[in-house]
Amino acid sequence: MRASWSRWVVFVAVLAVAMILAVAIGTISLSPVQVWNALLGRGDPTHVTVVRELRLPRAFLAALVGAGLGMSGAALQGTLRNPLAEPYLLGVSGGAAVGAVVGVALGIALTLLPLAAFAGAVAAIAVAFFVAHAAGTRGDARVLLMAGVVVGAFANAAIMLVLGSAPMNVTRDAMWWMMGSVAAATWAQTAWLLAYLAIGAGALLGWARRIDLLALGDDSAAGLGVDPDRAARRIYAAASLLAAATVAAAGLVGFVGLVVPHIVRGTGVRRHRPLLVGSALVGATLVVLADLAARVLRPPSELPLGAVTALVGVPFFLVRLRRLT
Amino acid sequence: MIRYEDVVVRYPRAAKDALAGVRVEAPRGRVTAVVGPNGSGKSTLVRVLLGRVPVVSGRLLIDDAPAASFNRAALARRVAVVTQREELAFPLDVREYVALARYPHLGGWRAPGGADQRDVALAMSRAGVEHLDGRTVDTLSGGEWQRVRLARALAQGAEALVLDEPTTFLDIAHEMSAFELLHQLAGEGQAVLLVSHQLNLVARFASWIVLLHLGRVAAAGTPDDVMQASVLEGVYEWPLVVTRDPAVGAPALLPLRARRRP
Repeated sequence: MRASWSRWVVFVAVLAVAMILAVAIGTISLSPVQVWNALLGRGDPTHVTVVRELRLPRAFLAALVGAGLGMSGAALQGTLRNPLAEPYLLGVSGGAAVGAVVGVALGIALTLLPLAAFAGAVAAIAVAFFVAHAAGTRGDARVLLMAGVVVGAFANAAIMLVLGSAPMNVTRDAMWWMMGSVAAATWAQTAWLLAYLAIGAGALLGWARRIDLLALGDDSAAGLGVDPDRAARRIYAAASLLAAATVAAAGLVGFVGLVVPHIVRGTGVRRHRPLLVGSALVGATLVVLADLAARVLRPPSELPLGAVTALVGVPFFLVRLRRLT
Repeated sequence: MIRYEDVVVRYPRAAKDALAGVRVEAPRGRVTAVVGPNGSGKSTLVRVLLGRVPVVSGRLLIDDAPAASFNRAALARRVAVVTQREELAFPLDVREYVALARYPHLGGWRAPGGADQRDVALAMSRAGVEHLDGRTVDTLSGGEWQRVRLARALAQGAEALVLDEPTTFLDIAHEMSAFELLHQLAGEGQAVLLVSHQLNLVARFASWIVLLHLGRVAAAGTPDDVMQASVLEGVYEWPLVVTRDPAVGAPALLPLRARRRP
């Protein structure tokens, strides 16, 4: 029992340290005391602006993005019984990006952007399942992933078609967003992302026991009182909402949903309710640190956040793939 | 009691019915066995209970009420099913796995109480897997895993138990003790419906046997009624003799060597 408590203390403490580092380190580096004063609105006005208006919302946005992706990955892996499932590799994020780009092109309000992304994500996951179903191997993890990669590539092509006719500066901004970024974070953006994540996360936490049973296989889940098809559809929808909201806020940040649930399982968490909470905490930590690395590794320019997470995620993916085959 | 009344199942795009009007009754207090060659519809019968196959006509009754009138959790509290195969994508601890059986009683949020933990412990003890506590299921042998799955079904606290080939992978001692346990559970008033290839064991432990062939009931009755060479040879399409077990007197089946290679 004590071991399980200490795990949660470590998760929260590491996230807190990552957040403090993200706020303190940068072009202007601040001591903990300066950070504390700036948070309270005291001391150098530049420091106050940097901390309160730039770094803090950015760190919170990064944390929320990571939390959403981590939970989405944990839910998809359990429901699909597939250790390689995650929104980016399944094409869900790509579909969400198409939805968001179309939404921007149609000029919808920023707060509704996640809904446009959600529509794209649901369409993508439906197409991926259709492709896997047509191949006649619904249960095969690898076929579904291939279908997801194809859907992702198709989504990319669709976005390029839309951007091809857009003005240059729009194209550049869009490309940057597609590589993942929380650089333009504002408190307003953080607030609406939190609202969407709360809906998706609440739904997944409520259905966590169903994910435990779906992870046994459809027939076993049915024997333990779950309608596997209906439960899986709902869980895909909630996991897609989480991924879509993060895409609308920060673009394509891949591999977080893949890596994070494995890290949490590695600490002995097995059932999905604690796994979802742990994946939110560790995902948040990972993206906050990745964004910090993106900011400070090559000053004064920034690396794309999605590239940093991919550099961590791809080797991890290869190791997992080897174990699967 | 589980009762199938003229159940017809046809899979999508299949040329014929997987079950073509099957009547099976598994009352409390009895081990009822369903036997038959591969593809005779045995596993489909189990999947009807799980609501996983399209039932074209007929009905399934649980304690004289149509199964469709129960929601899935209520059905899971009445009937526990051990499917033929189960492979976990992510390993669980043995006790954690067995405890999943309490979910139909707990719903989405209620935490397991002392009674749930007692049920889990009792089920593990009856299935003889207490010593596996603390292990994760991916470290178990085939036989251990099979018994842990049986423990999970027992922990479900249902009054009917349905098992699809529960003794695959078990050695003689574990297979016998599993059958003894099922017999004992039936003696305590449970309805046990057992799908099995093990005709000789079934003949010793079941008091009623249903022989399926091509989705139909080819014979049903006591072991003495069903274990007739003339009946079994026609269904299994193989020469055999039926003798009598010298120790317990139950009918025993002995498939013969082919005179020439078929």
